[in-house]
Amino acid sequence: MKRRVPLPVRDDQFFWDGVAQGEIRLQRCAGCGKLRHPPGPICPWCHSLEVRIERASGRGTVYSYVIPRHTAIESDGDPVIVALIELEEGARLVSNLCGVAPDRVRNGMAVEVFFTEFEDGVRLHQFRPMEGSA
Amino acid sequence: MSTGLGDRTVIAGIGQTEFSRNSGRSELQLAAEASLAALDDAGLSVCDVDGMVTYTLDSTGEFELVRSLGIKELRYYSRAPYGGAATCAVVLHAAAAIASGAANVVLIYRAFNERSGRRFGLPQAPAAVSSNGSYWWRWYIPFGLDTPAKWAALHFQRYMHVYGVTNEDFGLYSVACRKYAANNPNAYFYQRPITLEEHQNSRWIVEPVLRLLDCCQESDGGVAIVITSRERGRDLRHKPVRIVAAAQSALWGGDIVSDYYHDDICGMAEIGDIAAKLWTQSGLRPGDIQAAMLYDHFSPIVFMHLEEFGFCGRGEARDFIKDGNIEIGGALPVNTHGGLLGEAYIHGLNHINEGVRQLRGAAINQLPNVEHVLVSAGMSGLILGQA
Repeated sequence: MKRRVPLPVRDDQFFWDGVAQGEIRLQRCAGCGKLRHPPGPICPWCHSLEVRIERASGRGTVYSYVIPRHTAIESDGDPVIVALIELEEGARLVSNLCGVAPDRVRNGMAVEVFFTEFEDGVRLHQFRPMEGSA
Repeated sequence: MSTGLGDRTVIAGIGQTEFSRNSGRSELQLAAEASLAALDDAGLSVCDVDGMVTYTLDSTGEFELVRSLGIKELRYYSRAPYGGAATCAVVLHAAAAIASGAANVVLIYRAFNERSGRRFGLPQAPAAVSSNGSYWWRWYIPFGLDTPAKWAALHFQRYMHVYGVTNEDFGLYSVACRKYAANNPNAYFYQRPITLEEHQNSRWIVEPVLRLLDCCQESDGGVAIVITSRERGRDLRHKPVRIVAAAQSALWGGDIVSDYYHDDICGMAEIGDIAAKLWTQSGLRPGDIQAAMLYDHFSPIVFMHLEEFGFCGRGEARDFIKDGNIEIGGALPVNTHGGLLGEAYIHGLNHINEGVRQLRGAAINQLPNVEHVLVSAGMSGLILGQA
């Protein structure tokens, strides 16, 4: 399966380094302690440039979802499900939902992260239903 | 009021090319033809133009158009950011330039071969740095979210979930705007109305949100508008249309095409912000508006516009549309030219031309007694009025 390269930039390299290590990393401001995502170089609340990088639990819920019928990414025959995941920590993150039939997906469904290696060494975070929630 | 623009600037002329799927000529030529049509409509010549505004996404450079049209001297030129977001912003920029004395006659243009040339609807590649908003798309494209339809649909699905709105409900808008387009010879879908059944039988583009007939066209064509001062507008070819209020919005948590980070994404916060600004500037209320031209790249955004502007309550747009309110004779006729779905996708600028025609009494689907027209494109908006 082929996927586009995420194309990290300086301000979010830590996130993609985390994906390579098998974890979701989030920025927390070292000044005021607020969490922010998508990542950025400066705290929008206190303007501190200092951050603490934290490992997210990887658990969250489906905030919204779609099944694109024409997409450039390839799958093994299953429809690709794209979901906006709301992480336990509060951040929202676009990802894929796997291991569930499209007609079984529900807003609010509890999900957990896992990581998949695609062609050309592209590694991405993916989500699947938490056991017992599908 | 918070702005003095309203009493000082007017739309003096509008122009456009034909709308098609293959113009057979360059984008520069489309821009030039639309510009000359707008100047002719205003009764002005290229020698009067001293300002120019377009979208950042437009491929025609100001110097190319100056050279092609034989414009002698520009004193002011600028661009409004992004695509649809720029729709009413170009008018705000032009009006602000005139109100401040930076320019006297500003030519606005938007022209592209968006169907026969570079199609926006095809999958996009991520970009590390960009001025068109695609910086954020890096977070979406690797997961298969690689077109405007997909970015937008992931936002709209939350609205459907919370208010119990279905894709068939969205089809109510598609049917209504295609009915207007069917009567408009300039519309690509002239004489081609659709039924709700045809809408429901059209193929899924992004399930469970958008079918083919929920998506705007990809079009070739050009649109141009001439803005000047109220004084200058008095003795021109047409009775001018007053720019009563104009605003742009960018809010913390916002995004381009998608909207994933506001606390509440069951509407669009920027539309609500534009509404508040326009009502404050104009002193008008929803009941004072006789027609609305609402950006409709995809049918669900029309629902959000109707709700954020207060034409109906949250989650009630479905019933508002079902009851015939956006059709002729309804409380608020919407996109009487057929919209981006029915007429053409010229990045929203064709909506402003229709607003002007309604105020001149020259629209094909003309409404009676039009005093004020709302034009809104999510990140920018206008109220136009009789001079």
